[in-house]
Amino acid sequence: MNGLLAVADLRGDPRRRAHDRRMRRLLGGSALVTIVVSALILFVLARGTLDFLRSVGWDFGILRDSSKAPGWFPRRERFDLLTIFAGSVIMGMIAMLVAVPLGLGTAVYLSEFAPSKVRKILKPIVEVLAGIPSVIVGYFALKFIAPNIVNPIFSPDQPRNMLVSGLAIGVLVVPIMASISEDALRAVPSSLREASYGIGARKSTTTIRVVLPAAVSGIVAAFIIATSRAIGETMVAAMAGGRDGSGPRTLNPLEPGLTMTAAMTNAAGGTDQVNAGAPFQVLFFVGLLLFMMTMTLNVIGDRFVQRVRQQY
Amino acid sequence: MAIVTDSQRSVTRSEVHQAITRQNKHIPTIALGVALLVAVSFTLLTLFALLARIITQAIPALTEKGSGFLTDTIGSEASKVGIWPGLFGSFGIGLGVLVIAVPLGVGAAIYLEEYAKKNAMTRFIIVNIRNLAGVPAVIYGVLGLIIFVGWLKPVTNGGTVIAAALTLAILVLPVVIITSMEAIRAVPLGLRDAGYGIGASRWEVTRDHVIPYAMPGILTGTVLALARALGEAAPLIMIGAITGLLPETSLSGKFTAIPMLIYSWSGRPDSGDGGVGWSNAAAAAGLVLLVLVLAFNVVGILLRNHFEAKRVGT
Repeated sequence: MNGLLAVADLRGDPRRRAHDRRMRRLLGGSALVTIVVSALILFVLARGTLDFLRSVGWDFGILRDSSKAPGWFPRRERFDLLTIFAGSVIMGMIAMLVAVPLGLGTAVYLSEFAPSKVRKILKPIVEVLAGIPSVIVGYFALKFIAPNIVNPIFSPDQPRNMLVSGLAIGVLVVPIMASISEDALRAVPSSLREASYGIGARKSTTTIRVVLPAAVSGIVAAFIIATSRAIGETMVAAMAGGRDGSGPRTLNPLEPGLTMTAAMTNAAGGTDQVNAGAPFQVLFFVGLLLFMMTMTLNVIGDRFVQRVRQQY
Repeated sequence: MAIVTDSQRSVTRSEVHQAITRQNKHIPTIALGVALLVAVSFTLLTLFALLARIITQAIPALTEKGSGFLTDTIGSEASKVGIWPGLFGSFGIGLGVLVIAVPLGVGAAIYLEEYAKKNAMTRFIIVNIRNLAGVPAVIYGVLGLIIFVGWLKPVTNGGTVIAAALTLAILVLPVVIITSMEAIRAVPLGLRDAGYGIGASRWEVTRDHVIPYAMPGILTGTVLALARALGEAAPLIMIGAITGLLPETSLSGKFTAIPMLIYSWSGRPDSGDGGVGWSNAAAAAGLVLLVLVLAFNVVGILLRNHFEAKRVGT
């Protein structure tokens, strides 16, 4: 030891290094929890689906009701998938018909047209809308959208129907559509706008022919992710959809309908005994389908988001 | 020889003058502006209609009951009902999120941003977290029903507030992780390098520099996660939250939460005698929930704005 530093000196105190390794394992463990959660979700859904299929004797024909009045009647062991699938798709489509113009319009306004003072006020308001719980939007559907909008215009037979529910789900996903599209629009470099103005283009031309095409992948991502949310939305569909757990197949938006999500809550809520045969177990099967649908949409949506990040 | 005549020159000059002084009316720009304003006003109108409907419907129930609405138990008459069991359940859920989701989520975020190598495994974990964030709430309810109500029955006693807190903590975990990761990523590299330069270990740099610097962002994520957990009802239906009477509140018995009360009361028919009905009671419970959730959201948004404004300066 002639006053020179050895490599060991630079490594620092072994106790501190040991502590660092412990923390690393601890923190890594919490990251692994997320993998465990995903694995458990898949396991639970897959196991329940197998139980269901075993209960119905691997009879896939049961999933397509070919009687004269097909429908979803789990208590009578009639599981017509098309009924709840149509319900989810119709309510999801109505929701997107609301969410795309309102959400995208708000995003373009915020990003391209709003003076910065207006933007500072408007953006938090949109975020507040995003924070409203879905049960409250469900209440709004029952006590405002149905009596004050849908009934006077369309006078449907039932106050609770797929149109009311779809409109309310639309209200719920407007902020998602708006915030993801706005991020994409703001990610478009201002040099593109300046170049457009420089060759004499007006604001509308610049917005429609330069900014929107440049942000298209982000807007597609917003659309896909919002669709996924609309299909996965449960409370509004359960409260305003108009069917409590069973109903006939219908494509008419003015009739009551049942979504995949509402079919799940009804299957779980109806019975106190766990594992009460096929009418209960079907919720895992529907859950697995829903999980795969929303995951596919989310993965595709995420790809588009990543593409925006890579471009600019 | 004049290529541009005097009259042409004056036309050009007036056009440029108009363009500069914004006197020119370009129809498509105006039309687009109007269309966008219509979209924005519809969005705002929806929000105001929603708030107005909840508030006007809530007032009769709240004036009838006063503060008893918060402290009384659920009754069988709309005019005498209170939400205490719901508040108890929602409080338990909030506590569960703070105790379980926040430490786990922040820990995972620190690992992924500070410790993990940028390899396939890390990428897989991050993609998986993004997917978890998009899984519908009702699916987490299925998870809770099997794992926390079924397998962990010895711990949770079945469909209790503990099972609900665990389920919702897992549901908001991705939100906490994603917002915390963004906060940690925004910490300037120089801060870490300075720490390592004087011989601090990775954990010491993280604990003493990265976490304090990222704290506002982490708090934002926490607050948003709390707001989300308090508003969720679908997973609670799945794990068996009750919608009827609940005489006593306990950790080991049946439970309910404010969103469940709103769900249940909205569906009940009103007597129609003009008194306080179930829709008033549901709106009043909705107002309580909205105030809680929006307060959390506003705090979260303010924290984030404060945080972003500070970052621009550095």
